Amino acid sequence: MNEVIQVALGAAVGAPLRYLVDRAIPRPSGFPWGTLVVNVVGSFVLGVVLGVGQLQALLGIGLCGALTTYSTFSYETLVLVEQGQRWRALGNVAVSVLAGVGAFWGGLALT
Amino acid sequence: MRPSAVVAAVSAGGVLGALARYGAGVLWPSPWTTLAINAVGCLTMGCLMVLLTEVRTPHPLVRPFLGTGVLGGFTTFSAYTADFQRMTGTDPVAAVGYLLGTLVAALAAVWVGTAITRRMAVPR
Repeated sequence: MNEVIQVALGAAVGAPLRYLVDRAIPRPSGFPWGTLVVNVVGSFVLGVVLGVGQLQALLGIGLCGALTTYSTFSYETLVLVEQGQRWRALGNVAVSVLAGVGAFWGGLALT
Repeated sequence: MRPSAVVAAVSAGGVLGALARYGAGVLWPSPWTTLAINAVGCLTMGCLMVLLTEVRTPHPLVRPFLGTGVLGGFTTFSAYTADFQRMTGTDPVAAVGYLLGTLVAALAAVWVGTAITRRMAVPR
């Protein structure tokens, strides 16, 4: 299948999946758990996909690329800072980056 | 607004954003392209969110389509972690620079986006 179509199909599923996960996960004290979860899970899945070496355009660039997000992560961090919740903002950044990198590594190591 | 309409708007926007990201990656295949994509996406997100939450009340599908969809699909966290892992094998210093550089660029960009848009568009 054409790579462009694969990317489009993967993103057509990945982006709404992110939206639905974010809506399903509660936000105690406004902490953006939904985005953190999709970013960590998406990084893990990308590790598996790249480790297996199959369907990289569909599942890697399309699905995982659209499931995860940097713009919402940054915006939600800024909102925490503007609300005066600096430690939560710092926690969001630290946990997202460390858990995301670790999850990708784990996914890759699994294959 | 029906939930299915919102999901469809996010999906359509996500496809557009992901295709733009894919196109940029084909033109300039490099982790630094991903950094630039994420920074530009964050700058735009900052502008968009001020426009949508502080300037005017938009149609209920605008934010799902443009914010969650297009910008969410354009920017990516998974490729960021993958790029970092790949770079650690060849150039660990560049890898750490990429990891922290993306973070600083993205957070600065979203902040600049909100600040500029507030100054220019928010009535006071």
